[in-house]
Amino acid sequence: MIADIKMTVAKPYDEMHAADGSVRAHYRSYADWLERMPRERIERKRGEADVAFHRVGITFNVYGADGGKERLIPFDLLPRIIPGDEWTALEAGLRQRVRALNAFLSDVYHDQEILRAGRMPSELVLNNAQFRTEMKGVDVPGGLYAMIAGIDLVRAAGADGKGEYYVLEDNLRVPSGVSYLIENRKMMMRLFPDLFSRYRVQPVEHYPDLLLETLRAVAPEGVLDPTAVLLTPGAYNSAYFEHSFLAQQMGVELVEGQDLFVKDDTVYMRTTQGPRRVDVIYRRIDDDFLDPQVFRADSMLGVPGLMSAYRAGRVTLANAVGTGVADDKSIYPYVPEMVRFYLGEEPILNNVPTYMLRSEEDLAYTLAHLPELVVKEVHGAGGYGMLVGPAATKAEIEHFRQLIIAAPEKYIAQPTLSLSTCPTFVEAGIAPRHIDLRPFVLSGGKEIRMVPGGLTRVAMQAGSLVVNSSQGGGTKDTWVVG
Amino acid sequence: MLSRTADHLYWMARYTERAENTVRMLDVSYRMSLLPRNNGSSDDGWGAILAISELTDAYARSGRPLTARDVIEFVVLDRDNLSSVWNCLRAARENAHAVRGTLTAEMWETTNATWLEIRDMTPEKLQVTDLGEFFEWVKFRSHLLRGVTFGTMLHDDAFQFVRLGTFLERADNTARLLDVKYHNLLPQTESPTGTTDYYQWGALLRSVSAFETYRHVYRDVITPYKVAELLILNHAMPRSLHACVDEVNDILGEIANLHSAEAARQAGELHATLHYGRMDDIFDTGLHPWLERFLERINRLGDRIGDNFLVPVAA
Repeated sequence: MIADIKMTVAKPYDEMHAADGSVRAHYRSYADWLERMPRERIERKRGEADVAFHRVGITFNVYGADGGKERLIPFDLLPRIIPGDEWTALEAGLRQRVRALNAFLSDVYHDQEILRAGRMPSELVLNNAQFRTEMKGVDVPGGLYAMIAGIDLVRAAGADGKGEYYVLEDNLRVPSGVSYLIENRKMMMRLFPDLFSRYRVQPVEHYPDLLLETLRAVAPEGVLDPTAVLLTPGAYNSAYFEHSFLAQQMGVELVEGQDLFVKDDTVYMRTTQGPRRVDVIYRRIDDDFLDPQVFRADSMLGVPGLMSAYRAGRVTLANAVGTGVADDKSIYPYVPEMVRFYLGEEPILNNVPTYMLRSEEDLAYTLAHLPELVVKEVHGAGGYGMLVGPAATKAEIEHFRQLIIAAPEKYIAQPTLSLSTCPTFVEAGIAPRHIDLRPFVLSGGKEIRMVPGGLTRVAMQAGSLVVNSSQGGGTKDTWVVG
Repeated sequence: MLSRTADHLYWMARYTERAENTVRMLDVSYRMSLLPRNNGSSDDGWGAILAISELTDAYARSGRPLTARDVIEFVVLDRDNLSSVWNCLRAARENAHAVRGTLTAEMWETTNATWLEIRDMTPEKLQVTDLGEFFEWVKFRSHLLRGVTFGTMLHDDAFQFVRLGTFLERADNTARLLDVKYHNLLPQTESPTGTTDYYQWGALLRSVSAFETYRHVYRDVITPYKVAELLILNHAMPRSLHACVDEVNDILGEIANLHSAEAARQAGELHATLHYGRMDDIFDTGLHPWLERFLERINRLGDRIGDNFLVPVAA
């Protein structure tokens, strides 16, 4: 159905330089500064940043890497700068999209009007492994499911050479990375305070404050002074640094499953002064591990009885159980439809055209064009189980072909977007590297809020499109200016 | 606060204190071994070091000879020796890591940086390291952590559990040190009140930073009797049993909960023993049996604290 759309263009959009090589207006002051900055000083600052990140222990555990332990995420000193008006437009689009996604979640777990109206295929939702029947008919505070959403945006060059943002995916389960966004800013201010006198960079460090307000706003009804906690899988989880960072910044307890217990549908934590009631759980563990009585029985991370307390409305989980049905890659193509259906508005943000391989027509096209396409597992995440056609070997393509033929419904394909690039410090100097952007969108109470910008991830390998930190991607400080 | 958090804080402090006390001991023995031999004593006290830390058997199994170099390597670096300085600092850091959100940035960075620095230490590197400097470094890191803890941490329950770990461990370590050293050194003298080897007893005092204190308090020659008194009964001497138990007793009052009456009673009883105890009575009992009994009671109190605060059964 979308076989004619060609999004790949020869030259990716460069965030700093226009096509004619001139520096874009919002980068001019930076370029001027950079030109006067001796390379040795930058090198020295890079070293300083490394030492500081190590000492503070801002590390990321990479699954499968040697020892499986604490590695630094490469931090690039060259900021990604977004003009204020560009951000304002994005922000409106993000608000709209997250509102629609929450409306969709509320709908599919209640009356399923969107399915009855025939606006998307019922089986896609009802047979989805991420659809949690346990959530049917359960009312959640404010009708909110994804209180914390990480929306991945990329930018590709349009026909007119203008950069156009696309939503690559919605992360509505346990999106991570916000701690790097904050730490990157702190680091930049520490290393280059002079830069911040050149630019009015909108602050981001108040994120934990917004998050705490969000969590307290979704407490069960009638709780006056709610106690929120952050539930982590533990110190060996890849995002443990972030869990402990956020808990500390919000001043809430960082708990593991073993610290909680449920009695009479009420959740308590074990403290040195005896049991204490818990009202809101910002959980950073997947649905599957939440409650061994309901989901995976072998889970050591969860809390027996938690689902029962949750369904009884005695505790709030953020995000709600079952949000995966809205960020699943097979659902993704219908998000613009959700915006129209629930809000009666035209979507502000673009979706990437997507081939649904359960459709025969799309499947045939995809199989014929594998070397040009990106193929993703419908339920995959984190850059695992994904084929980037243009960068893949013949063997890898053949391997994926077999996988797709065996179970086409498990995959989607998209044109290989030429992600925008941003100049980045690399071994050989400064070179363009592909980037994306993950803003964190908070829904709680009346308004939807976010800190300006988001986490910019950068593929450190030349030509690579994979920005995931689990795959060796790095990060940049992101400035919304003006 | 979370029981698990309290548990990690308590053990972070205990392991740090243990690492410090271990190098204090090593430092003194090492300095002694540099002195010209005046009495031909068997092994310069290296065997005693192992005895203090209850490592005699583990050491025998390791098949190492009883030389300064081997004992130091075993006590400082051996990965299989769970009480080695290396393992203590690793455990301290792991406990800190598990609750880093409860620590101040300075506390976490101090613990983490200590570990990062000792992590790659190998026997080969230790060979070419100035041992005196290395021991100083470990002590210094422990001082630093204690300093930033007192200087930056909110003085709430979390702080009390850190202190609790510190003082229980210190009480245990001082008692062990005194027990083993005393009996190693005493045969050389005729009676506890007689004068004795100035350097040997001076070294024992220095290992607990009490040499000048001794002079200040007694203005007298060093006698084993008074050394024991200083390390057991002097409440103002920060590494004495009395001072440590004073602290533990106070802290238990601060953190009391509905189940902790027995822990408080045990601590109070122990405190009374030291507060009202007399050196003559302790020597009548026999210093060794008295210290053994003390260690038993301190350990029992540690277990009780664990049950009451750190890993409580579900309510």
